[in-house]
Amino acid sequence: MYQYDKFDQALVDARVADFRDQVRRRLDGSMTEEQFRPLRLMNGLYLQLHAYMLRVAVPYGTLSSAQMRMLGDIADKYDRGYGHFTTRQNIQYNWIKLEEAPDILADLASVEMHAIQTSGNCIRNTTSDQYAGAAADELVDPRPYAELIRQWSTFHPEFSYLPRKFKMAVIASDTDRAAMRLHDIGIQIVRNAAGELGCAFYVGGGMGRTPMIAPLIREFVPLDQFITYSEACLRVYNRHGRRDNKYKARIKILVHELGKEEYTRQVEEEFAHLLTQNIEPPLAELERIKAQFTDPAYDPSAPDALDRSDPDFALWVDNNCVTHKQPGYIAATISLKPVGGIPGDATSDQIRLMAGLAKEYSFDECRVTHAQNIVLPHVRKVDLYTLWQKLDAAGLGTANLDQIGDIIACPGLDYCSLANARSIPVAQKISERMAAKEQEIGELKLKISGCINACGHHHAGHIGILGVDRKGVENYQLLLGGCEGADTSLGTITGPGFDEDGIVGAVEKATDFYLANKQGSERFLDTYRRLGMAPFKEAIYAKENAE
Amino acid sequence: MTQFRFRSDEPVADPAVTVDSFGEQTNASAVRLEPGDEARDLLPHLDRLKLIEVNFPAYTDGRGYTSARVLREAGYTGELRAVGDVLVDQLAYMRRCGFDSFAPERELNVADAEAAMARYAEVYQPTVDGRSPVWAKRHGIGQHG
Repeated sequence: MYQYDKFDQALVDARVADFRDQVRRRLDGSMTEEQFRPLRLMNGLYLQLHAYMLRVAVPYGTLSSAQMRMLGDIADKYDRGYGHFTTRQNIQYNWIKLEEAPDILADLASVEMHAIQTSGNCIRNTTSDQYAGAAADELVDPRPYAELIRQWSTFHPEFSYLPRKFKMAVIASDTDRAAMRLHDIGIQIVRNAAGELGCAFYVGGGMGRTPMIAPLIREFVPLDQFITYSEACLRVYNRHGRRDNKYKARIKILVHELGKEEYTRQVEEEFAHLLTQNIEPPLAELERIKAQFTDPAYDPSAPDALDRSDPDFALWVDNNCVTHKQPGYIAATISLKPVGGIPGDATSDQIRLMAGLAKEYSFDECRVTHAQNIVLPHVRKVDLYTLWQKLDAAGLGTANLDQIGDIIACPGLDYCSLANARSIPVAQKISERMAAKEQEIGELKLKISGCINACGHHHAGHIGILGVDRKGVENYQLLLGGCEGADTSLGTITGPGFDEDGIVGAVEKATDFYLANKQGSERFLDTYRRLGMAPFKEAIYAKENAE
Repeated sequence: MTQFRFRSDEPVADPAVTVDSFGEQTNASAVRLEPGDEARDLLPHLDRLKLIEVNFPAYTDGRGYTSARVLREAGYTGELRAVGDVLVDQLAYMRRCGFDSFAPERELNVADAEAAMARYAEVYQPTVDGRSPVWAKRHGIGQHG
């Protein structure tokens, strides 16, 4: 994985000094909270309901074991002994003191980490496929391209006061595991007819209150032009994106209002101009980065067979592990969704345990997924049973990846100052209620947001739940039929909302209806797509005591 | 009041006019761009411009950064002044986009401003300020811009 050189380290170290000075000026009163706010946000520091929250960047979700261990230590030293892994492959701490934030950044910098641009109206942390470098179906490892974007976007002087936040994702498989088309810019690394690698650009996707699936604006941008093309996309947005209304300020609205053709025309014009400015890093820089993402030293004689005699282990393998490109290896997902748990939360001890297992069993590497779980990307199959036993003993052996208990949920009103409703207790209740039927139901992605900003990706859930405030009372809307990935679709609201207990019951009715009506090996989503909303709606809203 | 100026030539005495009146006054040498103005409209007139002020009514409106870079990319060499809600922590980014003078509506602490402008020895992107990005140093590519 990528390692800083003296230049990267100098930039991150300078940022620690920079932020320390900003905090000093805030605390001594020479800066108002209004002036400080965007600066602390650009460093991932939010003022939440009860305390400051710090969001730490995990570029494309990849962590070394030393970095992962530091995340556990920070949770103990500066927080209450736990951290929360997020849908953007980052980690958040919920109980931070402003005056200690510079020290946390210094600790992070000591392991080549930072919190740069994890919030604010700037280019955020770039996300990617959690199985990058391990997936059997990938064209190339997408992370070197994401790393080049990380460097280009870090402290970008022109694009740090954009109309709104800006999120990019890079994938290199036809199977999209990063919700790429729900990003402001989604890039898929592709090969053209001549056999050359390049980037397909999808621009203007997003969730929030106006969810949109990004259209393809260019099928192929050569690798020695894709930073320039990104710059052109951003410049048109910075110049023309709406600033009159925060809810219409994302690039998806600009692309929608201009139309894909006109937006693309403006980008191409700017691109032609920017090509004359020589702003593109040389391909040698991409090669330098790629050399740090080479395959680990796999054991070529690692046996491919797996002893499945323990049924609990076999279930975990079937649910949580995916095929690796290297025979004898497997990519294993550690679910952070135990029955009744808080989605994405891990204690400091669990974080350090996962760090140790990454070192021992996965070539010193782990990943954060956008579904708020942790991946050990390169595990020898012969080690898998021992690994699983260690996970299980620490409460990390839950076998529910992509099932109804593997809920994505935002922090909601328990922490977030923007939320209208709580997400965590709803997730916990659904997880408990559905646990017994989970295996029977199979794949079902359930996602909960505590407000319309959609941090919990409710639009993209096979079942989505949106918490709203209805005259001072928490109310939950139910959506069906959303999906991320290659067949991206947005969920549709079923009808009137529910209270907290009602939404749990409604989810159960929807899944009971599915179980009663599924054909063959259909997933919940397939049955929904075949039958449509009407019969589901009828089942969900049927009176319990109807004759 | 111009508080910081990184040029050695004589400041222009003329007041900066709006883009609209600049079109009518063919002898004007100073103009002020508002965030909604199109910087590229000035490109035909760069040879007679000595001062372009870019106004930041609110520091959160970043359109002026693009305006500045577009003007420099087109070869404008006159004074480029950031005016309005210009604060300590935006100065370094503004300089990278080509601003070479600053007239903040509220005077800045000089020590804080100088520290902020000098803090980052390395940059990842080439812009119009001639600084070599990290990738150029890594690969022995000469001075940029």
